[in-house]
Amino acid sequence: MAPKALDYESLNENVKKVQYAVRGELYLRASELQKEGKKIIFTNVGNPHALGQKPLTFPRQVVALCQAPFLLDDPNVGLLFPADAIARAKHYLSMTSGGLGAYSDSRGIPGIRKEVAEFIGRRDEYPSDPELIFLTDGASKGVMQILNTIIRGEGDGVLVPVPQYPLYSAAISLFGGSLVPYYLEETANWGLDVNDLRHAVFQARSKGITVRAMVIINPGNPTGQCLSEANLREILHFCYQENLVLLGDEVYQQNIYQDERPFISARKVLMDMGPPISKEIQLVSFHTVSKGYWGECGQRGGYFEMTNIPPQTVDEIYKVASISLSPNVPAQIFMALMVNPPKPGDISYEQYIRESKGILESLRRRARIMTDGFNSCRNVVCNFTEGAMYSFPQIRLPPKAIDAAKKAGKVPDVFYCLKLLEATGISTVPGSGFGQKEGVFHLRTTILPAEEDMPAIMASFKKFNDEFMDEYDDHRGYSRM
Amino acid sequence: MAPPVSRDTLNPKVLQCEYAVRGEIVTIAQRLQDELKAKPGSQPFDEILYCNIGNPQSLSQQPITFFREVLALCDHPAILDKSETQGLFSADAIQRAWQILDQIPGRATGAYSHSQGIKGLRDAIAAGIEARDGFPANPNDIFLTDGASPAVHMMMQLLISSEKDGILCPIPQYPLYSASIALHGGSLVPYYLDEATGWGLEISELKKQLEDAKSKGITVRALVVINPGNPTGQVLAEDNQRAIVEFCKQEGLVLLADEVYQENVYVPQKKFHSFKKISRSMGYGEEDICLVSFQSVSKGYYGECGKRGGYMEVTGFSPEVREQIYKVASVNLCSNISGQILASLVMSPPKVGDESYESYSAEKNRILSSLARRAKTLEDAFNSLEGVTCNKAEGAMYLFPRIRLPQKAIKAAEAAKKAPDAFYCQRLLNATGVVVVPGSGFGQVPGTWHFRCTILPQEDKIPAIVSRLTEFHKSFMAEFHD
Repeated sequence: MAPKALDYESLNENVKKVQYAVRGELYLRASELQKEGKKIIFTNVGNPHALGQKPLTFPRQVVALCQAPFLLDDPNVGLLFPADAIARAKHYLSMTSGGLGAYSDSRGIPGIRKEVAEFIGRRDEYPSDPELIFLTDGASKGVMQILNTIIRGEGDGVLVPVPQYPLYSAAISLFGGSLVPYYLEETANWGLDVNDLRHAVFQARSKGITVRAMVIINPGNPTGQCLSEANLREILHFCYQENLVLLGDEVYQQNIYQDERPFISARKVLMDMGPPISKEIQLVSFHTVSKGYWGECGQRGGYFEMTNIPPQTVDEIYKVASISLSPNVPAQIFMALMVNPPKPGDISYEQYIRESKGILESLRRRARIMTDGFNSCRNVVCNFTEGAMYSFPQIRLPPKAIDAAKKAGKVPDVFYCLKLLEATGISTVPGSGFGQKEGVFHLRTTILPAEEDMPAIMASFKKFNDEFMDEYDDHRGYSRM
Repeated sequence: MAPPVSRDTLNPKVLQCEYAVRGEIVTIAQRLQDELKAKPGSQPFDEILYCNIGNPQSLSQQPITFFREVLALCDHPAILDKSETQGLFSADAIQRAWQILDQIPGRATGAYSHSQGIKGLRDAIAAGIEARDGFPANPNDIFLTDGASPAVHMMMQLLISSEKDGILCPIPQYPLYSASIALHGGSLVPYYLDEATGWGLEISELKKQLEDAKSKGITVRALVVINPGNPTGQVLAEDNQRAIVEFCKQEGLVLLADEVYQENVYVPQKKFHSFKKISRSMGYGEEDICLVSFQSVSKGYYGECGKRGGYMEVTGFSPEVREQIYKVASVNLCSNISGQILASLVMSPPKVGDESYESYSAEKNRILSSLARRAKTLEDAFNSLEGVTCNKAEGAMYLFPRIRLPQKAIKAAEAAKKAPDAFYCQRLLNATGVVVVPGSGFGQVPGTWHFRCTILPQEDKIPAIVSRLTEFHKSFMAEFHD
C-alpha cells in the first residue's frame, strides 16, 4: 500500500510549527483530570460565560426573536419580550436579505456596518466609513485574513509584543512569515519603549527580513496594560518612519480597571495627529463581541476597520472574504447591539445599564483581588491588571525547581503550572505560551472566576505556591536572570 | 515611500485566487440593483434575481420551524422556565432545547466550547450518521466548523506544503476548491466529468490525470468528489463510488467527500450514499482509507446559509495527525455555538411520534418537492433554447446548461475583453435582471461554454424567468447568428 497522504511526515510543515498554548498541554491535562472526576477551575481562556457570567438580557431577547420571526406575529409575544426588543428584532430582520438563514454580503450586512461606523464615529469623534468595515466570524478570523494578505513568505516580518496572545505567533507560523519580537518591560508596568522597537527592527533587517507590520494589543493580553496617548503617538510615528502597517487589536477596549489611562483608539490618535500622517499610516483595527462586558465568545462575532488601505487592497481582501461567503448572521446582530445598545428612555435601558455596570465593576474588583493575592505569595510578583481579563504574575522559580523541571523534561513554568493544576485544580497557561524574557517565568490566569469564589481560589493558590517554594527554595534568595 | 500594504506587496497567493460565485457579474448586478432602486423603471426588468448563489432563504424559502424554535430557546434560555413559553413554542422544541442545554457546561451558549464542538452535539451527529449509514460513527472524529468551507480550508492547509502538492478536483467544480488550493499554494490537478454521459466520473480519467501530474513532479495528495455535484448536479451511482474508494485506497489518496447536498436528490432512480457507508460496506475501515466527509446546514431542505454551521468527519488517520488538526482548530477556539446546535438538529431531526413531526415533515417535503419541480421546469426551459443543452439536475441546487455560441458572439466577447460565457451572462443580466455565473468560474472543457443557474427562485417567479430568458436568448442568437 502506498504511503498515505495524511501521514504525519507529509503534513504541511507550517502546520506542525504552530503552537497555541491557550488550548495546549495544560488544558489537555486539565480536561483529562476533569474526566477523572477532579474539580477543575478553568482560567486558561478569556471565556466569561463558562465561569458563570450571565449573558446580557436584551441582546438574547432580540436574537431569539430574529431566530423565530413567527413569534413576532403571535399576539402573546409581548408577554415574554419587551417592546423595544421586538422593535429591534424587526429593525435588524429588515436589514437582512431573508432573515438569519441567508448568506449576507461577504463584508457583513450593510446596515449593521453602518451602525458600527456610527459607533466608531461617536467613540473617536471622527467619521468612519462603513465600506471599510468588514464583519468577521470573531476577531481571530479577521486577524488571520489580514496577516495572510500581508505575509508573502519567511522574508516578511511582523512585529509582535512579547508577551503576546499566541494567535499572532500561530498565524505567522501558519502563513510562513517571521515573527519579530519586541519586549514589553515588566518593571515599567509592561511599558513599550520605542528604542526597543527600533532595535528589534534593526536586528530583523540585518537578518534580511522585511518588516511589514506591527501588532499592538491594547489593552494588553496577557499583560493588561493600557497604552497612554503619548505612547500611541510614539508608536504611530514609528510606524510612519519605518513604513509599517499598524494592526491594533482593541478587543478589550471595554475592559478598563483604572482611571489614569482610559481607552483611546489607535485611530483617534492617528486622526488627532492630522495630515499628512493621518492620511498616510495604514491601520487595521480589530474588535469583538467576545470580551468587554458582553463576553459572547460562542457567537463568534467581530470586525476589522481599515484606515488608509488602498482600494485595490480592499478589493483583494473582499475577494478572499467572499470565498467564505459571509460571516454568521446572528453574530452580526450581536455586534450591532453591542455598538448600538439601549439608550436612556428605552424600556430595557435600566436593566442593560444595571447588568453591564454590575459586570464591569465586579471585574475591576476582581482585577484588584487577584493582583493583591498574587503579590502576597512568596517569590511571586504581579503587575496590576489595568485592563483586559488576565493576571500575569511572575513566578520566581528557585534553581532547584528549574532543575527538577529539566529532569521531568518540562519547561520550568509548565512544570510549575502542572503541579499547580494537580494540587488545586486551577488550570492556567504557562508564560512560555505567550513569550517572556529568557529565564523569567510567568503564568496567565483570567480574572473571570466568580467574585465569591475568588478568596478561596487565591487561598488555594497561595497554599500551593508557598509549599512549592518551601520545597524548592534553598533560602539563599532567588536569582532573576 | 510606497505604502507597506499595496497591491504589489500583497501575498501573491491572495492575488491568484478567484471566486466567481461572488465575482464580477455580481458586482455589476448590485450596481444595477442600486440604479433600479434610485430610479424605478430605468431597466427593462423590475427586479434583480440572484440565481448565482445557493442561498435559498434569500429567495423566500422558509426555515424549518422546529429548528428555529429550538435555536431561539437556546439563544434565550431564561424564558424556558416561564409558563408563557408553553403557549408560544411546541413542547418537543422546549424539550429538545433543555436536552441540548444540559449538554453545554453551565448551559452557557455564549461560552467557547471544546474546539471540536460540544461533545453532546457531536454524539447526536454521530448517532445521526450511524442511523443514515448503518455503520457506526465516532464523535471524536467530528469537527464542527463555521460552515463546511472552513473545514475544507483546514484540510487543504494540512495537505499542501508547496506547489508540488496536488489535489485532484472535478472540472467543473465548486470554486471553493480552486480558491483554497491557490490560497495554500498548492496545485489543482483537474479531472474532467463527462457531459455526454450525464457528467459521469470515469476512473480511467482519474488515473490518466494522476499519472500526468506525477510525470510533472507533482505529488497528488487527495481526491475531491462533490456528491451530489456542484455545479453539475449528478448523483453518483454506487458502483462508481466503490471504484472511487478503491482508487483512493490503491493510490494512497485522501478522499475529500463534499456531501453538503446529501438531502437534495430529485430523481427516484438515484439515492445518496455517503462515501463512509460505501467504504465500510466494502469492508474498508480505519486502516484502509483516509476519508474526510463534509456536511453543512446551508443546503438540503433547511437552507440555513447565514448560520454558518457544518462539520467534517475525519476517519482513517493517525493520532499524531489528529492532534495537528485539533491544534489548528484550537487557534480559532471553536465554531459558533448556534451553528453547532443547528448541525446536530439537522442530523437528528424530529422523529415519527414527536409532536412536531407532522409539521416538520410537511415543511420538508414541500420544499424538496418544490425544488424537484423547479429543477425539471428550468431544465426543460434551457433545453428548449436554440443551441443549448442541459443535463438533468439529479441533485444539489443548480443547472449547468451548455450554450453553443456563434462565432460572431465569440468575436464580440473578445473585443469586449471578456470570456464568451461571461459576455453572454452579462448581456443576460442587462436584459432580464437574472444573475447567473459564467461556466469559466467553475472550469469546463476548453472551447465549451456554460453558465450556472440556481433552481432557487420561488415557483411563482419561474414562469416569468423562463419567458424572459427565452426572449433574451432568441434576440441574442438573432443578433449574433453566423
